[in-house]
Amino acid sequence: MALLEVDSLRRCFGGLVAVKDVSFAVEKGVIKAVIGPNGAGKTTLFNLISRALAPTAGRVRFDGCDLQGKKPHQVASMGMARTFQNIEMFSGMTALENVMVGCHVRSRAGFLASMFALPWTRPEERKIRERSLALLDLLGLADLADKEAAGLAFGQQRAVEFARALAMEPTLLLLDEPAAGLNIYETAEVGRLITRIRDLGVTILLVEHDMSLVMEISDEIVVLSFGQVIAQGPPQAIQQDPDVVRIYLGE
Amino acid sequence: MRRLLFLIPLVLAIAAVHLLCAWTGTLYYLTQMTMSAYYSLLVIGLCVVMGYAGQISLGHAGFFAIGGYLAAAFTTRNLAGLQDALPVRMLDAAGLLVSGRDVYGGAQLVVTPWAACVAAVLAAALIALLIGIPVLKLKGHYLAMATLGFGIIIYKIALAVPYFGGADGISEVPPFNLLPGLAITGGSANRIANYYIAWTLVLLGVTLLWNLIHSRVGRALRAIHGSERAADSIGVDTARYKLYTFMLSAVFAALAGVFLTHYNGGIGPSEAGVMKSVRYVAIVAVGGMAHIWGALVMGTLLNFLSLRGVFGTYDDAVFGAILILIMLFAPEGILQTGIMDRLRRLVSRREED
Repeated sequence: MALLEVDSLRRCFGGLVAVKDVSFAVEKGVIKAVIGPNGAGKTTLFNLISRALAPTAGRVRFDGCDLQGKKPHQVASMGMARTFQNIEMFSGMTALENVMVGCHVRSRAGFLASMFALPWTRPEERKIRERSLALLDLLGLADLADKEAAGLAFGQQRAVEFARALAMEPTLLLLDEPAAGLNIYETAEVGRLITRIRDLGVTILLVEHDMSLVMEISDEIVVLSFGQVIAQGPPQAIQQDPDVVRIYLGE
Repeated sequence: MRRLLFLIPLVLAIAAVHLLCAWTGTLYYLTQMTMSAYYSLLVIGLCVVMGYAGQISLGHAGFFAIGGYLAAAFTTRNLAGLQDALPVRMLDAAGLLVSGRDVYGGAQLVVTPWAACVAAVLAAALIALLIGIPVLKLKGHYLAMATLGFGIIIYKIALAVPYFGGADGISEVPPFNLLPGLAITGGSANRIANYYIAWTLVLLGVTLLWNLIHSRVGRALRAIHGSERAADSIGVDTARYKLYTFMLSAVFAALAGVFLTHYNGGIGPSEAGVMKSVRYVAIVAVGGMAHIWGALVMGTLLNFLSLRGVFGTYDDAVFGAILILIMLFAPEGILQTGIMDRLRRLVSRREED
């Protein structure tokens, strides 16, 4: 069974059908990319999968469970992490603290336990800190741990965002244009990061504009145009698909 | 224990104020210091809502009034006439009532302060829950307006309902025996003891909130402040966390209301007024929003000055002006290092001209 199954997903905004009966599946352990021209509905599709938006029709199944009626934070605690196109760092917090927030769903101290500093909260807190430091180290950010996250370079913020998502111990990671706003060196670095994350056993679904990145790292590609799937397959097949070529290069 | 070392300066300051007042023969200042302590209890709770969770409330005087008024009403309103009613009999059987004589010598049956306190605080928490669920979906000035509306409603209820004494409020509120021999009550004989009771309660409150903001929950609240969307995507139940924080601050406000009402021996509708809510917001802003210490220091200082009558008839205007000035010149609060830099820059720019 696929890790993520998207079944005839549709979303309308007034008269506009932004996502039109989209179906595809993401198998465990792959890197799958969703590409398409601007306005094809990629980010809307992401918001539907992570339940930031409710679909007009259709279903999403994640890890064998129907996401109908689930809230974004519930989907997150089921093991689906996501990043944002315009990196959303938690401002006023250090890089380390940002990653520590990522451990939220894997820890449990609530309001009362925290206020009374119950004995068991301390080892938990220590574990959160150690795990977060280890993740920063893994992504080569150890020196930046105590820097304010929102003040870091764009590429570094992107990496902190990855670390924060990984802290959730996700099984599926949704990346919304991970190379947006990065130069070619940073893009290549992000590409290496993504494959490394995949090698850690995390399945990845990404939306991306940067063709070279997508072609290099993806195992499978879904092409969207005007909200519809027009092609699906491995990168080589997509590159030669006449419909895809027509959309990207014109008639 | 090392985590609690931060309290040492506060404990020293509390003792120092007492000694200073004793030395200069101004022990009567401790009365206002005691009242300021209770107001500060409200302010630090509001600080967590505003500074950490990033939500605004212009209705916290309402929660203070709910606590104060209910405690006052339950401990003064005579139930002797209802002695045979089942609920009253049940309360009596549970030991929650105390009988005595009123000023005219008639039989009086009222709720004990402890039971009244618990009921008042639970009521405030429940009302915060019911108000919070719809209102906390709003953001920014919409949230400010909605909470302002709540504050106005509470003010009008305090003023209009005869049970709450109308414009006179409620007086003759009895002392609150926290522990045997430790009663919250005014009067110069109990001044020093009450000064320490009040500040012990503040120390407790600060410790609880300090633990909270330095925990998993505190981080989640700051994350909500930073980006609600991202906090959601990371698995923080943002709606629930905002609601719990709002309720927690309502409980702090209600407790402040209960304690101060017992200390003053009464409460009036001005405590529920909108200008009081504005004052609390101004104090949290002056303290630097996300700074419990700033809120505590500024809350104590400004309330003390206000209670001593330093601002005279311009009292409310002073707090309004403080709010404007802070928003314009020191949105990070005046205890921040940033303001010193800004002043320095301002001065050096002058010199360059």
